[in-house]
Amino acid sequence: MNRVAIVGASMTTFGERDAWVRELLAEAGDACLADAGIGGDELDHLYVSNMASGEFEGQTGVPNALAHDLNALGAYTARIDQTSSSGGAGIYAAWQSVASGASDLTMLVGGEKMTHRTTGEATDVIASLTHPVEYKHGVTLPSFAGLTARKYLDEYDAPRESLGKVAVKNHQNGVDNPHAQFRKEVDLETVLDSPVVADPLRLYDFCPITDGSAALLFCPEEVASEYTDDYVVVSGIGGATDTHVVHERADPTTMGGVVDSSEIAYEMSDLGPEDVDVAELHDMFTILEFLQSEDLGFFKKGEGWKAVEEGVTDRDGDLPINTSGGLKSKGHPLGASGVAQAYELYQQLLGEAGPRQVDCEVGLACNVGGFGNCVTTTILERP
Amino acid sequence: MTDDQTATSFDAHRCPNGHVSYPGHTRCPDCGEKQTETVDLADRTATVVTWTTSNATPPGVREPNHLAIVEFAVDGEAVRALGQLTTAEGVDIGDEVEPVYTEELREPGAGIREPDSQEWDGYRFEPV
Repeated sequence: MNRVAIVGASMTTFGERDAWVRELLAEAGDACLADAGIGGDELDHLYVSNMASGEFEGQTGVPNALAHDLNALGAYTARIDQTSSSGGAGIYAAWQSVASGASDLTMLVGGEKMTHRTTGEATDVIASLTHPVEYKHGVTLPSFAGLTARKYLDEYDAPRESLGKVAVKNHQNGVDNPHAQFRKEVDLETVLDSPVVADPLRLYDFCPITDGSAALLFCPEEVASEYTDDYVVVSGIGGATDTHVVHERADPTTMGGVVDSSEIAYEMSDLGPEDVDVAELHDMFTILEFLQSEDLGFFKKGEGWKAVEEGVTDRDGDLPINTSGGLKSKGHPLGASGVAQAYELYQQLLGEAGPRQVDCEVGLACNVGGFGNCVTTTILERP
Repeated sequence: MTDDQTATSFDAHRCPNGHVSYPGHTRCPDCGEKQTETVDLADRTATVVTWTTSNATPPGVREPNHLAIVEFAVDGEAVRALGQLTTAEGVDIGDEVEPVYTEELREPGAGIREPDSQEWDGYRFEPV
C-alpha cells in the first residue's frame, strides 16, 4: 500500500457568501491547484464532499460540474456524503484512491452553501438524517447536544462554565484565522448570558450556519517531492459508525465511532494519543469537544472539562485543540468542515499558521457526522 | 394485531435471544438475529435519563420543545426511547414518566421530510 502525501491545500473564506455551491467549490479547487502548481487536467480522481446541495439549493451532480469548471474533464468523480463528516469521509476516499494505486493524483474539494436558508430550514435539513421515531418528535442536532450536555454535567460534576470556556478559547483562536467566520473574542459572561437554545446550552455553545469550501491534493509519498518540498503525510486514518438512533447508545456521553475510528488510525500510524501535538475536533457544539477529547484518549473519561479549565487545550497549552477556531468560530459549512480541519493541520505542520502557529510534528483531525453516527479520524505528520 | 392497536401501541422489538430495542431493526443490533416479537411499552413507566428544552425548532415543531431520553425495564433488559415531554416543569434526571398518546407530534409536511414517508403520531412522556 502506498503512503499518501498531501501536496496542496486551500480554503475559501468561511461565512455568509454570495457565491453558490458550484462557485464555492471551484474557488477552493482553483486555489488548491495553484498551491501545488498543477493544472486540472492532471487530476486522475476528483471527489466532492457535500451533504445536501440538492436539499439546500436544488443543485445536484456537483462533482461533474466541478470537473468541467476546473478543466479536469476525464477525471473520475464522485460525491462523498457522510452528513457533517462528509469532509473526513472525502479524505478517506481520496486516501484510498492513492493508497490503492487507482489514482496518482486526487483532489478533494468539500463545500456547502447554507446561509440562504432560515435557521429553522437549515436545522431541518440536517435533522432529516435522524430516524423517523426521532424526527417526528422534532429532534434537532442541537437538541441532542442539550440532552448530552445535561447528562455529562450531571454524571461528571462538571461546572456549566467549563462548556463556556470551550467557546471562549475557540473564539480567541479564530481571531487569528483570516478565513474564519467570526474573528472576535467573546468573554465567558457573554457566553453564559446568551439565549438558551437547548437547555443547558446557549447560543454561544453552537457553531454558526456557514457557506464555504476547502480543498486538498493527494499523491503517493514517493512522488510528492516532484510537486513540492513542503508536504505532509496521511499516516493514519480510520472511519466507524455508531447507532443511527442516538438514544440506543448505552452511554450517551461516549461516541463509539470516535473511539473505534481513532483506534484504527492510531494503529495504522503506530502512534497513540500521547503522540498528538495538535488536534482539530468537531466542536459543532461545545460539549462535543469534551466528548471527543476523551473518546480519542487524550484525557480520561469525564475529565475533558478539566483540561479546558486548566488551559491544557489552549494554543500555548500541552495539547492545543482547535487552533483554527474550530467549527465554533471558523464556521461549519457541512461538507467543507472535515477538509478545512486537515487544511489547518497542513498549515500547522508546515509551519505556515502565522500567529496561530504551535510547535507540532503530529496532528489529528476528528470529523463527526450526525450526532456521532459516523466518524472519520485522520492523523497527519511531517514526513 | 388490528389497525387500531397498531395506531396506539408503543412497540419495542425483541429477538429470540431476548434482546429488546426501540425502534425495531431489520436485524437485532446486539446479535444480528431477526427480531420476531414486539413488546408494547404504552402501559409501562420509564425513568428520565436526560432531558432538554429546545427553543430553536424547525418548521412544524412546537416551540419550546421539551424532549427526554427515557429508559424502560423489560424483563431485565433496559430499553430507551426519545420523545417529547408533556411538560418540563419540575422534571429531573431519574424521575418517573408514563407514555401519553398524541395524534400529531409535529405538523406533517411543514418540514423537509415527505409527509407520507412516516407516521406522525406517538407518545409523549408525562411526569408521574
